[in-house]
Amino acid sequence: MDVVYLSQLQFAATCMFHWIFVPLTLGLSIMTAWMETKYVRTGDETWLRMTKFWGKLFLINFALGVVTGITMEFQFGLNWAEFSRYVGDIFGAPLAIEATVTFFLESVFIGVWIFGWKKVSKNVHALTIWLAAIGTNLSALWILLANAWMQHPVGFVIRNGRAEMNDFLAVVTNSYGWIKFTHTVLSGYALAAFLIMGISAWHLLKKNEVDFFKRSFRFAAVWGFVASMIVGISGDFHAVEIAKVQPSKFAAMESIWETKKNAEMCLLLVPNVKEECNAFEALRIPGMLSFLAFHDTTAEVKGLKDFPKELRPPVTPTFLSFRLMVGIGTFMILASLAAIFLSRRDRFEDNRLFLAIMVLAIPLPYLAQQLGWIVAELGRQPWVVYGVLKTADAVSKSVTATQVLLSLLGFTILYGILGAIDIFLLVKYAKKGPDSDLSNIIDVQGRR
Amino acid sequence: MDISIFQVIWFVLWGVLWAVYFMLDGFVLGTGFLSGIIAKNDTEKRVLINSIGPVWDGNEVWLLTAGGATFAAFPTTYALMFSNLYSALILLLFALIVRGVSFEFRGKLDGAVWKSSWDKAIIFSSFLPALLFGVAFGNIFKGIPMRNDFVNLQFTYEGGLLGLLNPYGLVTGVLFVLLFAVHGSLYLSLKTVGELSSRSLALANKIWPALLVVAVVFLAFTYPSTKLYDNYLQAPLLLIVPLIAVASLLLIKLFAGKGEKGKAFIFSCLTILFVVFTGVTGLFPNLLPSNLDAASNLTIYNSSSSLITLKLMTVVALIVVPTVIAYKIWVYRIFRAPVTSEEVLADKQAY
Repeated sequence: MDVVYLSQLQFAATCMFHWIFVPLTLGLSIMTAWMETKYVRTGDETWLRMTKFWGKLFLINFALGVVTGITMEFQFGLNWAEFSRYVGDIFGAPLAIEATVTFFLESVFIGVWIFGWKKVSKNVHALTIWLAAIGTNLSALWILLANAWMQHPVGFVIRNGRAEMNDFLAVVTNSYGWIKFTHTVLSGYALAAFLIMGISAWHLLKKNEVDFFKRSFRFAAVWGFVASMIVGISGDFHAVEIAKVQPSKFAAMESIWETKKNAEMCLLLVPNVKEECNAFEALRIPGMLSFLAFHDTTAEVKGLKDFPKELRPPVTPTFLSFRLMVGIGTFMILASLAAIFLSRRDRFEDNRLFLAIMVLAIPLPYLAQQLGWIVAELGRQPWVVYGVLKTADAVSKSVTATQVLLSLLGFTILYGILGAIDIFLLVKYAKKGPDSDLSNIIDVQGRR
Repeated sequence: MDISIFQVIWFVLWGVLWAVYFMLDGFVLGTGFLSGIIAKNDTEKRVLINSIGPVWDGNEVWLLTAGGATFAAFPTTYALMFSNLYSALILLLFALIVRGVSFEFRGKLDGAVWKSSWDKAIIFSSFLPALLFGVAFGNIFKGIPMRNDFVNLQFTYEGGLLGLLNPYGLVTGVLFVLLFAVHGSLYLSLKTVGELSSRSLALANKIWPALLVVAVVFLAFTYPSTKLYDNYLQAPLLLIVPLIAVASLLLIKLFAGKGEKGKAFIFSCLTILFVVFTGVTGLFPNLLPSNLDAASNLTIYNSSSSLITLKLMTVVALIVVPTVIAYKIWVYRIFRAPVTSEEVLADKQAY
């Protein structure tokens, strides 16, 4: 195995592992902050217990997101030295801003939030989780702007043997980045909402803490629906952007081979990469693909055959990941809408079938998250920076295949163990349910 | 303004970010690898972990900022430093990952095997970064075997992992470990009470002579092993930097010996800052020298970003860094009181 392939494998593995924890951090931080604000405003102790319970799960998850994030920042230099040298002038800036502006915010204030229950007033305590949540969400903005630059590079010139920044504003206002940010961050909120609904449903099935989990479920159902809808809508805009600036990715996502006007979409199809066609197509909707790509049923959509073979992304995995992601997203919109209506009923804890479905649905948003990144990153291949730098030219020259093989092995073992422990702890604390004893916090905070 | 001004500004910031990182994470790493010696039972271990609990994560961000600043301001150095030192940095990364989760996971289950496993993990994953950072900086001071052609953009590295474990690199590694050991035990003497505090102070006093010896060896060994002294010989006024480092080192003992823990800790902070400044001042204008030929040195001039990027990053740094320092001081003030065992036992949220 060559060093490029191994480095890609390691990057994919470490990114995808990191991304198991990030979406929940994005969503649960904001929702925990919301719960604590409700408590501060109303004085209702159920909100405080919710803050504590969901906040605990948030922290167990957060720990792994933080430590695996260190890998993310360093592996650009470790494995992708040519990339770092070639685009560092423009790509390094958002990364450095992410570290100085947002990592400090989240890491410093999360410490105050965990340890400050008895040291700061109620209001200040609620403020710290907001600051941490804002830090987390803003860090997603900067890294996604950086990623958007790799997808749709703007604001640079090739000079002195590298890509140099000439317009930072273009990088920051890159519409690709803002659509991606909306799509990605809201998908994190949706995932967190489904986790809260799933865990609440599990407890409701067991009739544990019924009032507590009914309130949690209702709270999350609204978040889940609103977030899933925005994910869907921004996803549609994202596809339009991709069709415009990354036509080869769009063609792979839809497995379309011939360039066509008024292109139809097949709800069912099987790509045949060897023959450069689809082996099977069914449930045709005329003009639909042109509409999805350009919001115009007559527009021309580029097919894969318009691109030389060596410039096409791997079609089958890109196509399958995209379809499956959209399928899960659709399910999430419907399920969360149903959740809003059903959970308004008085005795919805008796609707065991629906609750069981919501428990089983917990992994689905996680899967959709991973599939989304497969579409984004695999669909960009063979480019690392679309149209500017190929992945094969971006790898570190002084690193050998053996070194990467060993580090990949190390990551696999280390991440495997830590991931298993973290999920074990999450399940354990989720099953344990909320603490009932809050006396020492309220005593102290009441005095201030 | 001329680009070289910004290159110099970013060299200074680069040195400051590393120095502050070592000052702040130094006591966390020290606390970590000394926890087995200082704490005698589970409650004491929890006191130790909780004394760094609110701040360790925020302290580690200085490392990410130093890394990010290297990437944004000196991308060629970032690229070649990280890829050339690949295996050593991967080990460092693994250790930092384990350390972070150990703090978080240790208190989440009650079993004796569970806790003692994480105790060992904390010791090992704190010791290894302390040593490896030292080894890495020793090798940065000394230069690494690379050949860089900046005209044809050809960069080759002729070293390996074992080559980094040369005597000078190891001495620097031991120096870092001892600096952090004294720093960590002084921090703990401040942040704990009673016997635990006096035990920590006694340990700092006990380790200090070893630190002094290694510091002298390091300074002497630096002369034949590196070119760090060149800048000082050219501009003797710069010698103020190592002099402050040495004076602070001596003052640690003066105050620690008298039991003035706060002052001893302040001078331990200054020692770490000025040891890093001593090295970095000697490096200037190099960021990562080559020990094969001087034309291959990565300097602030041949590895920096463009003027527009450096200007942008300067504005960002001017706004953000003071803000960060301000709220970090606020946080340290909130948690200024020592951690007691009663408090740890009563708090379910604590580590």
